[in-house]
Amino acid sequence: MDLMKLSFMLNGEATEIMVDPSDMLVDILRERLLLTGTKKGCGKGECGACTVIMDGAAVNSCMIPAMKAMGTTVQTIEGIGSPNQLHPLQESFMDEGAIQCGFCTPGMIMSAKALLDSTPHPDGAQIKEAIAGNICRCTGYVKIEKAILSASEKLKG
Amino acid sequence: MFQAYYMPQTVQEAMDILSGHKGQAAIIAGGTDLVLDIHEGKKNFSAFVDISRIPNLRSIEEEDGFLRLGAAVTHAQANRSALVQAAAPILAEACGKVGSLQIRNVATLVGNVVNAQPAADAAVALAALSAKAVIDDGTTCREVLVEDLYAEVGMCKVNPTKEIVTSLLVPVQKKRQGSAFVRLDQRKALALPMLNVAAVVQLDESGERFEWARIIMAPVGPGPVRGFEGENLLAGAAASRETIVQAAKAAVKHANPRSSALRGSREYRLGVLPVLVKRALEAAVIHAQKD
Repeated sequence: MDLMKLSFMLNGEATEIMVDPSDMLVDILRERLLLTGTKKGCGKGECGACTVIMDGAAVNSCMIPAMKAMGTTVQTIEGIGSPNQLHPLQESFMDEGAIQCGFCTPGMIMSAKALLDSTPHPDGAQIKEAIAGNICRCTGYVKIEKAILSASEKLKG
Repeated sequence: MFQAYYMPQTVQEAMDILSGHKGQAAIIAGGTDLVLDIHEGKKNFSAFVDISRIPNLRSIEEEDGFLRLGAAVTHAQANRSALVQAAAPILAEACGKVGSLQIRNVATLVGNVVNAQPAADAAVALAALSAKAVIDDGTTCREVLVEDLYAEVGMCKVNPTKEIVTSLLVPVQKKRQGSAFVRLDQRKALALPMLNVAAVVQLDESGERFEWARIIMAPVGPGPVRGFEGENLLAGAAASRETIVQAAKAAVKHANPRSSALRGSREYRLGVLPVLVKRALEAAVIHAQKD
């Protein structure tokens, strides 16, 4: 089998990497580019732990053939803030106690960011729709919804 | 696992790649069903031809009495489209019920049809709306009603190694037409339907009688199932509660659900299905009378 060259913008940097055509995007991100913030949970689009933003839309990177990222702009949790300068969503998740075990958090935050990027002032129903594909088994979602709402207030500035 | 992944820019280029691989390459769009089937070993192809980047397959356009939705149109795109919301409201609604937002952002309507799962929400709405699929085999294009594309459960009459469904044609809702989509599910997020029903009705000038009605029920057969007997009772009949109740009972004679741990027992689903059909018809009539 021949490797194929994948070129895309990853967290603001032009990235090129040779991939097996049957690789999934999540595996390239985690195993080859060592961006392990993106989690692999169910591997079949049910848990949302692998959510990244591709060309502005939240997607499950476990079901996206890596070659589908060709020419796109991909954002992962590593690309939205740094330990010294957290993204307002990351801050709010900490402040509201929206993180327990943390496994769902990167995917949850990427789904929330895709929402706030397109809908800066979402209502409760829009928040629920945006995170309906992200399973959290610890918090019960209420604190997560609060965190997203409070981040949207902060972003209003 | 597959050895090559192509991203053609035109339908012709995609057809050429398919024919060059002689049945070993298949069309992929969103891939949200296909990738799982590959990972689980249910399907096997040596190469994929990704049509989601072909520019003219990504648009929703109104043309002379119908909407043309390209093969790369996603559920999220159709769900948010003002054109679809106005011309085929149950299609926009049904598209919003499929999977999660992450899935709707990549999964296509044509994929929802050709993957041939009987309860696929968008396909149920499309069947109720008398939508047609435009199928290109490289030499000719033919139009086939969505409801006629099902060979058996999970088996579509379109051959993905030789043919491409390039678009869907959905008739624009006319005056005194109404439609409704009703879904029974275990929870309101990321849940497969236990039952889904779509109804489209055309009332006469008085707004008190049916000219015709279409009833689609799923998953109660190999594809979306027409409730012909119920439809026949409604043609020309008064748009009253009694006729609707009788028609719902008659429609359900065509339903043959299996018992399923996921979707409920056959007995339970046969019990509630007439209620869902009745609700869909009543809502469709109210919708038509408002028009």
